[in-house]
Amino acid sequence: MSTVVDVRRAPPRRRSIARRKATDLVIKTFSWIGAWFGIAVMAFIVYEVVRRGAGALNVAFFTQATPQDVTSNAGGFANAIVGTLAITAVAALIAIPMGFLGGVYLAEFGRNGHLATAVRMIANVVMGVPSIIVGVFAFAIIVKPFQHYSGFAGSVALAFIMLPVMARTTEDILNLVPNELRESGLAMGAPRWKVTLGVICKAARGGLITGATLAIVRVAGETAPLLFTALSSPYWMTGLFGPGGFFGGPVANLTKTIYDFSGSPYPHWQQLAWGGALVIIIAVLGMNILVRLLFQRGKQW
Amino acid sequence: MKMSTRSWRLIVLVAAAVAIVAGAVALGACGSSSTSTVSTSPSPSISGFTAVPMSADTILGAGASFPAPLYMKWGSDYNGVAGVKLNYQSIGSGGGISAIESKTVDFGASDAPLKQADLEANGLVQFPMIVGGDVLVVNLKGVADGQLKLTADLVAGIYMGTVTTWNDPAIVKLNPGVKLPATKINVVHRSDSSGTTWIFTNYLTDAAGKIWTAGADKEIPWPVGVGGKGNEGVAASVQQLSGAIGYVEYAYAKQTGMTTTQLQNKDGAWVKPSIASFSSAASHADWKASLPSMYMVLVNQPGKTSWPITGASFILMQKDQADAARGKAALDFFDWAYKNGGGGATALDYVPLPAAVYDLAQKQVWPTVTASGTPVWP
Amino acid sequence: MSTVELDAQQGPGAPRGAAKAAPRGRRLGLGDPIFRGLATICGITVAVAMFGLAIVLVYDSWPAISGLGTKVITTVAWSPTEHKYGALAALAGTALSTFVAMVIAVPLALVIALLLVELVHPAVSRVVGTAIEMLAAIPSIIFGMVGIFVIVPWVQDHLVPWLTSGPLGSVPGIKPGSQFQGGGMSIFTAGVVLAFMVLPFITAVSRDVLKMVPQVTKEAGYGMGSTTWEVMRNISLRYANSGIVGAVFIGLGRALGETMAVAYLIGSVYTDIPRSLFDPGTSIASLIAQQFSEATDRIQVSALIELGLILFIITVLFQIAAQAWLRRVQRATGGRA
Repeated sequence: MSTVVDVRRAPPRRRSIARRKATDLVIKTFSWIGAWFGIAVMAFIVYEVVRRGAGALNVAFFTQATPQDVTSNAGGFANAIVGTLAITAVAALIAIPMGFLGGVYLAEFGRNGHLATAVRMIANVVMGVPSIIVGVFAFAIIVKPFQHYSGFAGSVALAFIMLPVMARTTEDILNLVPNELRESGLAMGAPRWKVTLGVICKAARGGLITGATLAIVRVAGETAPLLFTALSSPYWMTGLFGPGGFFGGPVANLTKTIYDFSGSPYPHWQQLAWGGALVIIIAVLGMNILVRLLFQRGKQW
Repeated sequence: MKMSTRSWRLIVLVAAAVAIVAGAVALGACGSSSTSTVSTSPSPSISGFTAVPMSADTILGAGASFPAPLYMKWGSDYNGVAGVKLNYQSIGSGGGISAIESKTVDFGASDAPLKQADLEANGLVQFPMIVGGDVLVVNLKGVADGQLKLTADLVAGIYMGTVTTWNDPAIVKLNPGVKLPATKINVVHRSDSSGTTWIFTNYLTDAAGKIWTAGADKEIPWPVGVGGKGNEGVAASVQQLSGAIGYVEYAYAKQTGMTTTQLQNKDGAWVKPSIASFSSAASHADWKASLPSMYMVLVNQPGKTSWPITGASFILMQKDQADAARGKAALDFFDWAYKNGGGGATALDYVPLPAAVYDLAQKQVWPTVTASGTPVWP
Repeated sequence: MSTVELDAQQGPGAPRGAAKAAPRGRRLGLGDPIFRGLATICGITVAVAMFGLAIVLVYDSWPAISGLGTKVITTVAWSPTEHKYGALAALAGTALSTFVAMVIAVPLALVIALLLVELVHPAVSRVVGTAIEMLAAIPSIIFGMVGIFVIVPWVQDHLVPWLTSGPLGSVPGIKPGSQFQGGGMSIFTAGVVLAFMVLPFITAVSRDVLKMVPQVTKEAGYGMGSTTWEVMRNISLRYANSGIVGAVFIGLGRALGETMAVAYLIGSVYTDIPRSLFDPGTSIASLIAQQFSEATDRIQVSALIELGLILFIITVLFQIAAQAWLRRVQRATGGRA
């Protein structure tokens, strides 16, 4: 009986096999083309930045302040680079300890409780808030009341962005640590905080450092939050307070300067902007590669 | 309690972070002394200039992009002479007005002057600084600088969207022998609130009022065109978009080698932008009558050699200064610019105002800038 | 120095250590409550920060909300000098540019992810995958720069003339509208650059999610004689559905809020809704960026902040939707739920 059924079904199966194989081949070809196209464009973007920016990276670039004279070819990006380092460092000082402890709360204490679930969801949502809104917020709570722009306001804006990233990354890393470690630590009678800091974090330190570094690198490249907070400056910072200082006035920074210079019509300034872009790409990619190489073993459990 | 290695690492990390911040700040402080050009001691040409108090070593200004190349050049020159840094942010005249009203800067710069009522309502004083000219720049291959001729009506038509192609009969008739393609005219204007726009639209309203109906202000609802941020952005956009036309302050066109056009002035003559044509237009201004606000419009002035889109750029300051030292530092800078800035101005094709006008400003307007009742300058 | 630590140091065999092995708030030292309290405070700070942001936004936009009402969403043009604060043009521009970005990015991302998971050697997949993850970290301003110096001239000088001279030139949506200025600075250019900004992220997440599809199930499909594509479509994509949708939502959120690259490239036309992909327009984020520092009129500042509030609400909604989808993935693959 089954042979009759098989024979009757055989011819359609042969035809449909051919069609299916053809479809498969077509899709695979499109896959390859599409993938190559996508990857090529991404590579092209990096290549363009390298090509156009390499010529700008000379000693002057790293030692001189941003130019103000449109008629001359002098000037560099040095004060902008230092400014970004300062702003990002202060933002990190604010956000990383808080974010770390927040992540500890989510992973160790709150876990699946109502508060922790709410905090987790809110953190995820905050991570998606456009950075321009964060800039407007920092303007409203720091620049307007104190009536001056400052690098510190920029740091606050960046810290706002970094905080939930740090918290969620810490939580994810800590969750990877097996429960056995916690249990054995607690079973030895150690207090909770010692178990968390001394055992769990020590075990997960690779992932934690990676997370922190990547969070820092991510905000270092932001422009929008600095538009109305740190503004920009063609000079070096003159100390901490006062109109030229970190807390007292605008601070030069890499991203806003790149934005200004690349939107200008002067070839020399545009060249400097490409150099700055290249510096950012090197820093971002470099840090990524570095932390992965150094610390990735911490991730395997 | 023995310190675990983890605690040590944490301490090292925090110490490193603190070191980075401290290093950055120190580098900043060191860098400022190593990159300032000439000595920081005052030069003998600035009379009565004594030690600069800490709170006044940086002057913060923001506003018009029209005079920005000049103000920035003056800033770096002044830094070498007096050791005081000028941080000028080119954010557009609207931004300058907004910044000085919210007191986040020491002075605002605007090419669109405020009327006396607005000045009084916001507690501001206003005085002119420099004169410059708006020019039309085009991105057309095969057209030389200063070759293309445009009338006010044509410019108005282009910006109204009624004249749409480069080989429009009206343009062709005016420019025999110029290679005009059959492509669309891509219009570029400002996307931000701009004194340059104010000057330009005042010109269009005055010289081509029958065609130009979109108004005259720092920001208008443009019938057509894409927007660039600042004079810089308009110039950059025209550079990137083939077949584009835009309006920028002359320094932006000259310093970047862009193609400018000739315009027909009120007397019917064809003029090219230059210090001479800007000066000719500016010479017709009656500054005395403009007191106390010194509000002045310089477009479409008579004179055979006058450039029709000339404009003055103004400085706005708070009447009541919170910090007398900073108010004085700012006015000291403007005093230096009045007396010594002429060379830098003409190098960038801006026109300094006559000494009599500066005298008016210093005698009539500056004494009204006070801190707790006493004038901050001299 | 608490007695407990002394016990622990004496060795695990000490009887007192065993007796104290079940802590339940009975600590003799202050370390634990302080630590727990500190951690909780920091956890709550994240939530407080967000509520602070929302409150500041609502408070500062209240003059506009009460003064202008729904006019902000129903009026097309943003024209401060005429005291017209309409966000419709910006909303339309945001929606259109994001739409273009998604249409380009999502298929590309899926195709690359599928390729990496199914069609190439695992070593290549790992290297390329890492490269893509790193590309996701490139700041948006760099995309903006490449956009204005490379893509704008190309679109203006080559793509648009070619398109408009051919049969596609009269398709509604491609046919130039009244605001057309060559197409170099347009919705299309902004959308293309946005696409490549979100592409690495969506690719990385899709690849991760596709890798989680159980090998056994795929092998069952192959064992039945399915082709690679059939396994991908009927098995892998169905499994990874929620995760991919979640990633797309997050990418969408990022595209919606992107400021700098769009500000360069979209043309900054505040007065009209774009009628064609190649018309210039504006987006909410770039409108705020360009108008904020020069807003003098109280209502104008307030209206801008109201725009910020609208953008905030939109992105929050998308994020919540994304979270909901992603949680379905976690439950389906047995993660920590």
